[in-house]
Amino acid sequence: MSSEFPLLSLVIWLPIIGGLVVLAAGKNDVLVRWLALAFSMLTFLVSLPLYTGFDSSTYQMQFAEEASWVPAFNIHYSLGIDGISMPLILLTSFTTVLVVIASWEVIQRRVSQYMAAFLIMEGLMIGVFCALDAVLFYVFWEFMLLPMFLIIGIWGGQRRVYAAIKFFLYTFLGSVLLLVAILYLYFQSDSFSILDFHDMRIGMNAQIVLFFAFLIAFAVKVPMWPVHTWLPDAHVEAPTGGSVILAAIMLKLGAYGFVRFMLPIVPDASHELDWFIILLSLIAVVYIAMVALVQEDMKKLIAYSSIAHMGFVTLGFFVVFNIFDSTNSVVGAAMGVEGALVQMISHGFISGALFLCVGVMYDRMHSRNISDYGGVVNTMPVFAGLMVFFAMANAGLPGTSGFVGEFMVILAAFKANFWVAVLASTTLVLGAAYTLWMVKRVIFGKVTNAQVAELKDLNMRETLVLGSLAVMVLLLGLWPAPLIDVMHASVGHLLEQAVSSKL
Amino acid sequence: MNFEMPNFALALPEIFVLCMACIVLLVDPFLGERNRFVTYLIAQATLVGAMVLTLGLSTGETQHTFEGGFVRDTMGDVLKAFIYLATFMVFLYSRDYMRARQLFSGEYFVLGLFGVLGMMVMVSAHSLLTLYLGLELLSLCLYAMVALQRDSIAATEAAMKYFVLGSLASGMLLYGMSMLYGVTGSLDIGEISAYIAQNLGHNLVLAFALVFVVVGLAFKLGAVPFHMWIPDVYHGAPTNVTIYIGTAPKIAAFAMVMRLLVDGLGGLHAEWQGMLVMLAILSMAVGNVIAIAQNNLKRMLAYSTIAHVGFLLLGVLAGTENGYASAMFYIIIYALMGLGGFGMIMLLSRAGFEADRIEDFKGLNERSPWFAFIMMILMISMAGIPVSAGFWAKLAVLQAVVRADMVWLAIVAVIFSVIGAFYYLRVVKVMYFDKPEDTAPIESAFDMRIVLSANGLAVLALGVFPGALSMLCIEAIK
Repeated sequence: MSSEFPLLSLVIWLPIIGGLVVLAAGKNDVLVRWLALAFSMLTFLVSLPLYTGFDSSTYQMQFAEEASWVPAFNIHYSLGIDGISMPLILLTSFTTVLVVIASWEVIQRRVSQYMAAFLIMEGLMIGVFCALDAVLFYVFWEFMLLPMFLIIGIWGGQRRVYAAIKFFLYTFLGSVLLLVAILYLYFQSDSFSILDFHDMRIGMNAQIVLFFAFLIAFAVKVPMWPVHTWLPDAHVEAPTGGSVILAAIMLKLGAYGFVRFMLPIVPDASHELDWFIILLSLIAVVYIAMVALVQEDMKKLIAYSSIAHMGFVTLGFFVVFNIFDSTNSVVGAAMGVEGALVQMISHGFISGALFLCVGVMYDRMHSRNISDYGGVVNTMPVFAGLMVFFAMANAGLPGTSGFVGEFMVILAAFKANFWVAVLASTTLVLGAAYTLWMVKRVIFGKVTNAQVAELKDLNMRETLVLGSLAVMVLLLGLWPAPLIDVMHASVGHLLEQAVSSKL
Repeated sequence: MNFEMPNFALALPEIFVLCMACIVLLVDPFLGERNRFVTYLIAQATLVGAMVLTLGLSTGETQHTFEGGFVRDTMGDVLKAFIYLATFMVFLYSRDYMRARQLFSGEYFVLGLFGVLGMMVMVSAHSLLTLYLGLELLSLCLYAMVALQRDSIAATEAAMKYFVLGSLASGMLLYGMSMLYGVTGSLDIGEISAYIAQNLGHNLVLAFALVFVVVGLAFKLGAVPFHMWIPDVYHGAPTNVTIYIGTAPKIAAFAMVMRLLVDGLGGLHAEWQGMLVMLAILSMAVGNVIAIAQNNLKRMLAYSTIAHVGFLLLGVLAGTENGYASAMFYIIIYALMGLGGFGMIMLLSRAGFEADRIEDFKGLNERSPWFAFIMMILMISMAGIPVSAGFWAKLAVLQAVVRADMVWLAIVAVIFSVIGAFYYLRVVKVMYFDKPEDTAPIESAFDMRIVLSANGLAVLALGVFPGALSMLCIEAIK
């Protein structure tokens, strides 16, 4: 693959142009659906060479592009990916195809705007993962809120307006502080290049202030306890496709921010305050898991489970300092970060799949309440099989992708601190408890009411979507090596940056 | 003292607009109701002609004439060009709106053109007297325009308020200027600046003069706590006048700030910076918070203007070339957004119906997806969300503030912009999430649709490619 060809630009702009084309197609719903599918498939195909052409032996940014954008402020259109961002791009383009298929007949109102919003959002999310200029990053990061705001607000449930505005303002508040932080770094370095930020020296006080600015911006997006409250609302009210994208990709953007901005730019402050993030992560893992246990609404339950699982991701990123202090080598620490990254990808598949499962049931019954279901296995055996599989994966069953990430993070946590590891391990119990209990009540048992008795099993379209996700979950669970291999060099470099002082 | 023949060529655009305004004044009485559009055409031709003259004569050098009372420089040329553009669009948007309300009279265009002349004089003023002359010419036209709708109680009340408060502000400014003259012995802005540079040190009268000048400017800009007239005037005036007041005169007011505070009193930067910090914070706070409570879109946009003025002041108070360029960038983009916002109200209004409540935008996405989209761009741009011109405007002033080592002020500003995002989003919400109540088809002239669409798309395009305009502003300020 020649590096001259602007592949990353293509992957970013193809879906955005596709979105505009779909908008222009207007009222013809059939045409709109096929166009949206064509563009999302095409984007997925175009994104594949990013994997096949990827050189996993180097941490350098690959497929780099560079052009001056706003010369007055020295802002560049600069793109590039490393082993951390590349898998996330593939996850994005893959998930969008599934969302388009999953929404095929479900969305009947303003189809073109719906599909266009998802396609445009796909381009913007990929843009965030590719951007190497802080302002470019911010533009993608922020503009993404708008399509999601519309998706929740137009096609959402009862309290959609409340959820949409809450979602928007929460994340907007977080990101404007990121903007100030970026401007401060620009003032210090006269550059907006993220890689320049990585290399610049920053005093401890400034680092601590920047740390908190980054923390607020990314913690809201992840979301971490206690700024997570927008997520259950947004998830519950969003249409199925919106929930999938939100859980599978948008949450990963926050975590991505931690590794792209926080660890390399303010390593000393991160080192100093790592206990704080570990504490918040553990609260998410333990407390939020308990909250998930008592949910009556399936979507809410999965939303809380997402917060708990994302707690693992942030935990994995920030135990590295403890490991480094005790072993003085980055090799052991790499496991924590790699585990967290695997967890991100895996959670993308699993949470997406679970939301799709809830969507399948919601389309038939128009209810998300656990108590309205029971004995679904009797009428929908294929569906029940898949749902149980995803639930097991969510609980971290060995052999599924959910196990790999959690296991690596827990192992790393043991190297860091015994008690942190013990608390983190409770997820294996609690996660199994809330997921399996929900499955028990919804899927198994006797058929509870007449509506359930009339349920029809999955159709071709739904089987295809859930089946392909099941394959990915299994594949990643049994054979995670290809994923970990591409990350290895980049994670090593990231840790070098994180443990070398910038004072 | 010899009388030196002034170089009239430098003031050719002003002379042209003056002559044309007089021609409109003379021609209009002889036109019947039916031929009124001729007035409109002459007025538009005047603006195009002025644009051609200004750009054609632009040399990029700074030249003075009328014994130093008049200056022609790049900043002035750029600002004038945008004043013509804004006024051109205002006239275009207003034509059918006025027709539907029996307001389509020659006076509007005559006053509008004299107002433009006043703005041009303000932009090019290089002496306190010229500045005041331009300001009063503009203000008198505005007072009269607000009162054009004689039968409307709201409009006459707004005009009275505007007149009284405006006169008070002019008085303040004039008092400040007189003290400046007393201290420095000159009306020439260059000489005042030179005097201050030579006589650094505490001077009580100068400090008083500065306070009065800043108060006068704050009144004209509409910065809190001198903002009381803005909501009532914006709300009470017919929308075709509101859009006029809300756009081009803001550009002229920015020029006035530049000429007076920066060119004239730049040596006192340390003193006025603190005042502007207070004005900016208060404006952003009051504007953004009170706008939330508004149900009338014109009133909401009035409070939003106040908030935007706060952001504009951030750029000015930074006190660097970079900051002034950012403020100039901000005001130009603000004018574009304001044009679009009020233009949308006029688009949806029709005979006997004023679409100035937020509910009137309900379900616009179902009535006209295209104009809902345009309005959405305008709203996210005002909120400062990328990809829109408003984002770059905010970015520009914020980086100027951070550069001036006032990170805390930048944080205050972004917090208020989050609060502000709420009410802009509310408009997006009613357009996209609610069902339409008003199902009448949107009828408007073809040229209005085209220009309004272009207006919205320009805000989007400047959001994607802000480079050229920001470079232009930096060049202009140098």
